[in-house]
Order: sequence, then structure tokens, then C-alpha cells
Amino acid sequence: MVIEFRSVSKKFPDGTVAVEDFSLELPSGKATVFVGSSGSGKTTLLRMINRMVEPTSGQILIDGVDVATRDRVQLRRSIGYVLQAAGLLPHRTVLHNVATVPLLQRTDRAKARESALELLDKVGLDRRLAGRYPRQLSGGQQQRVGVARALASDPNILLMDEPFGAVDPIVRAELQVELNRLQRELGKTVVFVTHDIDEAFLIADQVVILKQGGRIAQVGTPAQILSAPADDFVASFIGADKGQRDLHLQERSGDDGLTLVVDQDGRPTGVLASSRPSAPSEDGTVS
Amino acid sequence: MDLILGALGYIFDPVNWGAGAVQPGAIGGLLLEHLRLTALCVGIALVIALPLGFYIGHTGRARQFVIGFTGAMRALPTLGLLYFFFTLFAFSLSFLPAANLAVVISLIILAIPSILAGAYSGLESVDRETIDASRALGMTEFQILWQVEIPLALPLIVGGIRASVLQVIATATVAAYIGVGGLGRIILTGIGTNDYDRILGGALLVTALALVVDGAFALLQWLAAVGTAPRGARDTDGDATRAPLSAEPATQQ
Repeated sequence: MVIEFRSVSKKFPDGTVAVEDFSLELPSGKATVFVGSSGSGKTTLLRMINRMVEPTSGQILIDGVDVATRDRVQLRRSIGYVLQAAGLLPHRTVLHNVATVPLLQRTDRAKARESALELLDKVGLDRRLAGRYPRQLSGGQQQRVGVARALASDPNILLMDEPFGAVDPIVRAELQVELNRLQRELGKTVVFVTHDIDEAFLIADQVVILKQGGRIAQVGTPAQILSAPADDFVASFIGADKGQRDLHLQERSGDDGLTLVVDQDGRPTGVLASSRPSAPSEDGTVS
Repeated sequence: MDLILGALGYIFDPVNWGAGAVQPGAIGGLLLEHLRLTALCVGIALVIALPLGFYIGHTGRARQFVIGFTGAMRALPTLGLLYFFFTLFAFSLSFLPAANLAVVISLIILAIPSILAGAYSGLESVDRETIDASRALGMTEFQILWQVEIPLALPLIVGGIRASVLQVIATATVAAYIGVGGLGRIILTGIGTNDYDRILGGALLVTALALVVDGAFALLQWLAAVGTAPRGARDTDGDATRAPLSAEPATQQ
């Protein structure tokens, strides 16, 4: 499922120009991450794909078909959507939440239930949580339910709006890794919005760095952007200007021969894996 | 004390419940009449106010106008309305239909504002994120209303109906002024004959009825709240030993 933006603009009734003349192709089966600070129009771009926001001008095409020609409700049911606050229905159990879209599509109840349980496995949730209500879950668990729900209708496209923004850093890292695993497994076309450049580099096949008003600062793979920032804006956004991305090795006394990896300011960011006596761990590997 | 004993004496005297009870009739019948009148008026008010309240709460349209309008409705004295409508209808209808119609319309006007306020404020209290998510999943506006907004707003909706029922039960006594209605007639007959036992007895009966019905609604409202905020909702620690509600144990890993 290729998603294509053709000179899309969005001006809100209050006069704010969220996006101006935005054109880009998002490759099929890959994860594209829109990254930018607030006001960069990244969420607006995302929400235009499933017509939660209508562009003022321009077109958005999915496999060559203009989304404006499609029925909104059917379009949204065919696209998975994960929100920052999970947006689960508080009066429904986890299982019922996951099965929401299949039930809207009048799938047989028993079948919907069975596939919802399988989805819980897929996103790494214990099936015993199926009967719980969202408020009885932790933030990380709620987000997993949100992902399971988005996958329930087996959509080809998955939209994720800062899905891990509200969980703590440890759970967040866990969810990011899980998402990468799921993405390798399922091969969906993922569109992911974040303001966290590290999250973007971790998840993305294609990173889109946005300036105010949805103007593209740079598009590329994480490696392309890291090695050759297009301009000062990008360099500062990814922290290259302050040397946060210039890592070098340092050996300190008393470290039993371990080699530290430090950034420009001398802040340790990891340990060189090959310097460990027995180094099975991937932690701190510098790529 | 004598007064209260007298009133209780009136209420519990079997003669006043019997079929041959003199003016204004057997208590049981009047009680039923009172309830029937309340149910009729609140029922019609529900048909008018709930859809309107849902419309306002869901779309946010016409909000200012309706709030102002219902505020004005609340300020109208029911007794005044009653005489107004009665006089109006008496031109073209005979006594009993005119009286009944005037009573029903006045009480409907009394019942609408609370129900309406409960409905739209209930819907407005639903988390915007939840509604946005439901829409993004591909629910139609109607499905959002029925599957998300109304279930989550239910405690406030029931609360509005509860307040309205209580007002109508209490106020329906004024129907007696034009010779119809339920328990109010006991009070009015008492006033007419200077029979204080009856006046207080009738008032106590209305009070008791109001309390019983209000208690029933309190229960209903509690049940609605349980439905929205399921039991143990505050339990956020991972108590994995809890029995699953709908997942089959056989399918656990």
C-alpha cells in the first residue's frame, strides 16, 4: 500500500496553516516516521490519511486511489490507528476493545473473539487480561491493547500518533523494540508520528524531518540523515551540531579493560561490546 | 404530635383505602393515579428531551439557545401554567379533557429541563479522546452515540431523569386545583373541609411516594455507574490471579 501526498495543504478555520504544499511518497510495507516539534503539522499529515482531517487542497492517494473519493467510515475501518492516549473504550473489556472494528464489520462474534485473543498473543499480552477493563491496566499494557485493536481488521496501513509518548522510558523502549519486531513480522505500511528523533531513528525505514507548517527539512534513511544532515536545522534537530552524535572510544583506568563509548561532551553512552571479556549482550553496541 | 398522629390515623384507617371511601376516593387509587400521571408526563418529556439532549451533546450545536430556553422553562411556575392552559383549552374542550390536558402539558414542561440537562451534560462529559478514537476506528456518528457516548453518560442521564421524576411527583399535587390528579386531591379536600389530618396525611403520602421512587432511581443510577466504571476499576496493580470474565481458561497459554 503506497501512500502518496500530492501538494497537500491544510489551513484550519482559525487561519493556522498546519501544512503547506506537502508532497511525498511513503513506500509500501515500510515504516515512515514524521518527526518534528509541535506545530510542524505531523499529526495533521497523519490524520489526513484516514480523513480525520480534510486537506484544504491537494490529494492523498492510497495505491493510486484518492482517499477523498472513498467512504470515510469504510476507509477508517481499513486503516489501523493507534493514538497517544490509547483511546480505549473505558466501558468495554480488553477483548471487546480489540474486537471493536471486526464487530462493527459484523464479523461472527466467536470468530472475532478468537482472533482478538490471538492478537493479544501477538502484541505480547497475557490472555488472562482479556476480561479486564482499560483502567485496570498499566499505561504500557493499554498501548499494547491499542496496537492489537489497530491490527484487528488486518489493515495494510497502520497510523501511529505518538503512541508511546505517555509511557515511561523503560516501557517505551520495550514497546519500540516490540513494534520493530511486529513490523518485520507483518510488513504493514506504517506511518508513525513522534517528536523524539531517537525513536524515529529506531523505528523508521524512512525518516521525514519536518519544519513549521509541514515543510520537509530532509527525507532519508536514518543512516543518510545521520551521516549527511541537509542543513543546520536538521543538524541541530538530530543533535549533530553539538556533537551528540560524534561518538568516540575511551579507555579509563579501573574499568577492567572495558572500552567506553562517549559523545563529544565526554558523556558515556555505552560500552564497546567487543571489549567485554564475555560479551553476549547487545547493550551499548555502537552501530 | 396530635397532628401527626391524626395524619397517620388518616393514612392507616382501612376505611380510607376501601372501595367505598368517601371524598376524594380510596388512597390506593389516588396513589396509582398519581404514579400514572407522573409516568405519563415524564414519559412524554423523555421522548422530547432525550433526542434533543443527545443531539446537542453530540454535535454541540444549538447549545446556547437551548440552555437559555430551558432556563426560562424552569422559571415558569407550574400552577400558573396550569391555569393558563386550562383557561385556553376550556374554550374548545369540555371540563375533564381540558383539565387533564392542561395538567399533562404543564407537568411535561416542568419535566423537560432536568432530563435535557442530564442528557447533554452527560454526553459533554465523555472524554473527547475516546470519541476521537472511536471515530478514527471507523464508527459512524450514530454508532459513536449508541456505543460510546450514551453508555458512558448513563449515570448523568439517569440522574437527570431522577431529578425530573422527583419534581413531577411533588408538583403533580397542584393538579387538584382544577379537580383532577392524584394525591393532591386529598390535601385539597382537607383544606376545603378544614381537616388537618387529611392535609398532612396527603402531604406525607406524597413525600413517601417521592422517597420510594427516588430510592429506586438511586439504585438505577448506581447500576448505571457500575456499568461505566467496572468494579475494581481503581485496581491498577497487576493482579493476575483474578478470574477472566470472558476469556476461556482453556485458551490460556
